[in-house]
Amino acid sequence: MSTPYAKLPAWADYGLIPLINLAVAFIVAGFVVLLVGENPLRAAAILVEGAFGRGQGIAFTLYYATTFIFTGLSVAVAVHCGLFNIGTEGQAYIAGLGVAVVCLTFDATLPWWLTFPLATLAAAAMGALWALLPAYLQAKRGSHIVITTIMFNFIAASIMVYLLVGMLKPPGSMAPQTRIFLEGAQLPKLNWVIELFGARVRSAPLNISFLLALLMAFLTWVLIWRTRLGYEIRTYGHSPKAARYAGISETRIIIITMMISGALGGMMALNPTMGDQHNVAIDFVSGAGFVGIAVALMGRSHPVGIVLAAILFGMLYQGGAELAFEMPAISRDMIVIIQGLVILFAGALEHMFRPSIQALFASFSPKSVGMAATKGKGA
Amino acid sequence: MGQAAIELIGINKSFGAVHANRDINLEIPRGTIHGIVGENGAGKSTLMSILYGFYQADSGEIRVNGKPAAIKTSNDAIAAGIGMVHQHFMLVENFTVLENIILGAEGEALLKTSIAKARSELQRLEREYGLEVDPDAIIEELPVGIQQRVEILKALYRGAEILILDEPTGVLTPAEADHLFRILKQLKEQGKTVVLITHKLREIMAITDNVSVMRQGTMVATRETKKTTVEELAELMVGRRVLLRVEKGAANTGAVKLAVSNLTVRDQRGVTMVDDVSFEVRAGEIVGIAGVAGNGQSELIEAISGIRRAVSGSVLLDGKPIDVTGTADPGELRDRGLAHVPEDRHHVGLVLAFEENENSILGYHDDERYRKGLLLDIDAIRNDAKSKIEGYDIRPPDCRLKTANFSGGNQQKIVLAREMEQDPGVLIVGQPTRGVDVGAIEFIHKRLIAMRDQGKAVLLISVELDEIRSLSDRILVMFAGRIVGERGPEASEGELGLLMAGVEQREAAE
Repeated sequence: MSTPYAKLPAWADYGLIPLINLAVAFIVAGFVVLLVGENPLRAAAILVEGAFGRGQGIAFTLYYATTFIFTGLSVAVAVHCGLFNIGTEGQAYIAGLGVAVVCLTFDATLPWWLTFPLATLAAAAMGALWALLPAYLQAKRGSHIVITTIMFNFIAASIMVYLLVGMLKPPGSMAPQTRIFLEGAQLPKLNWVIELFGARVRSAPLNISFLLALLMAFLTWVLIWRTRLGYEIRTYGHSPKAARYAGISETRIIIITMMISGALGGMMALNPTMGDQHNVAIDFVSGAGFVGIAVALMGRSHPVGIVLAAILFGMLYQGGAELAFEMPAISRDMIVIIQGLVILFAGALEHMFRPSIQALFASFSPKSVGMAATKGKGA
Repeated sequence: MGQAAIELIGINKSFGAVHANRDINLEIPRGTIHGIVGENGAGKSTLMSILYGFYQADSGEIRVNGKPAAIKTSNDAIAAGIGMVHQHFMLVENFTVLENIILGAEGEALLKTSIAKARSELQRLEREYGLEVDPDAIIEELPVGIQQRVEILKALYRGAEILILDEPTGVLTPAEADHLFRILKQLKEQGKTVVLITHKLREIMAITDNVSVMRQGTMVATRETKKTTVEELAELMVGRRVLLRVEKGAANTGAVKLAVSNLTVRDQRGVTMVDDVSFEVRAGEIVGIAGVAGNGQSELIEAISGIRRAVSGSVLLDGKPIDVTGTADPGELRDRGLAHVPEDRHHVGLVLAFEENENSILGYHDDERYRKGLLLDIDAIRNDAKSKIEGYDIRPPDCRLKTANFSGGNQQKIVLAREMEQDPGVLIVGQPTRGVDVGAIEFIHKRLIAMRDQGKAVLLISVELDEIRSLSDRILVMFAGRIVGERGPEASEGELGLLMAGVEQREAAE
């Protein structure tokens, strides 16, 4: 005996509800701003203005978004397989090693358009390898992937610190980072695209890895919804028993999915290193892997949602930086609170307003809701 | 029959565009057992949910013992003396029986007094109704039949005078069901009123005083059970005449398709569930395996179909071995022409979150027909699903609809269509009509007979003895992991029942 299952039209499901959640998050954040003694409306204006007002802001927003698209996709692919990959952070960090090796080796001899694909492969391979061990332990030994990937984050961080204060550091330098990459390992900027629309960009780190991120979002969609592998991933994610029945190997699917997840997370390393700082520095991931979890949650593990959620978080990062600068009472920590509220309402409390919105739709136009469960009238 | 315990007057309830209950009038006399039958989706559960305060009616009135009652929450229902035993038990698995019974009625901050009170009250209920339960047993260690008894006790403890049971026998063995019916009769004798929701007409005939039939949200008839027949009720439920007996000709058997010898299977805990079982299935026959649930039938078909590893023994498919103790893989067996309709369609046979068309290729997703280079051929998959929807009359005919939104019967048809349309040589079917409505049962049975007449070997497992008897050409009875006897389809229910209970075990095993 099934409970009646009301369905919303797609635009309300994927557009209206997230917008309402977002609005509520900002209203609550507004109260926090009010408590600090600032004007929330002005704060909101500064935040949006800072993120989208000028070409400079837009470029920064999209630069941050690039990073979050990669990490969001990484988390999402694993989610489709029913796996919670907390290790994107470490996978991206260790991928920096792959980037460093390729760039330091070839930056003097090869042009960027050869270094870039090589570094992409190296980053993806390192990220995938870093996910392989936890995946193997999960598939063969049943060690919980949440625990092992968290531990692997720490191991990755320790290895990178060890290498960055040792082997990778140029002799005589005091900073725990590689030398600056030469032109052959510096990615072209995309700021001119924004300038095409008439905005001016002084200097911003938006680079062509943004395009790679969009490409990967598309390929992830193809993988999950259009390939046999994606079908198997989703089957296992929804029901391991059904996967067993369908002849899908549990070991194989867990390992392959985690390696794809790790590879996507690893590609994140390209953006801040080759795209912006032109070196690999300590702690260059700085939490982007964890933001990826929020991005995947908010984007409902769908690539389109992830791109939009990544841009939202890019906006919070960029606009938040402006806000902290313009309003001294609002510190960086306040920005973290606002981000936390967005995650809370858009992610964790995603279904809070759904019942009332469904009721609202039902009362205005019953047909638009309908009951999805049109029970067969007999056989 | 005295005053009405419950009166429902003009109840209406809509969900969006769907009118789930339409002008329902119902009068349930006190001290009777009242059956409510109807196909899945006819509105029975909605009506009972309104009575129990889960939903509120859009219009209409509820009267309990003649007085209008405003039932807005289940607490109101309990206060009005209405108790409900749900199809899926609402018990805390790792609590004891006593702890579950006082849950929500603890009374004070400290549990000690209420536990003591519950214990003496429980003893009284036990005496009065023959509801024996060990009050200190942990729920998850109890068999389902006893768990259900705890649910009934829970309702009685809260002072229920009117007890609603939703599909109570779906999870019970025949013996447990009989025991339940004895308890219900006892409750009736003590003046309680029982409302029994079911789609099993035999139960209605066996135990109820009156029966009401629902179809598509309306109450189509109420009859005195003595004055009606199964045929009439089935016709009222479906709205047309239904063939309850399956018509089939003599079996035309051919070569051995599936040969199982000395198969032994253990479960996760290491308990031997299938013990040295041997049998064969020939082309053109249906072999039914009867048995009370939990006697190794599930493990047997899981081992043959490659889902579970066997400990020892061998299985031949078309004369060639299946590596049941080693590498047997469901995918490989499908390629070799062994199709499997699993017992648990919700978690095994289907992915409920998938669209219908995605489920129509589950297990066959590697097939070339559904492939276009590296990608899945979405058009081919959907067209294929559409033709199956047509051929098996799956409703609603929408291959993009989420599978969870189909009714039980239609979900089962999705699985059957997928497995039968592969044209397998051997078909293993587990519980083909569990939770399926009458109209769909008829359809499924016809299809199974058609498979057999096409010369396929069919191995059928079911806890419904009627089903086994009407479909099978040979009946094997399983008890405690062993096959304890073989009978023809003419074997009487009593004879099979004894075998299933392990009574004739020694003689039959020889």
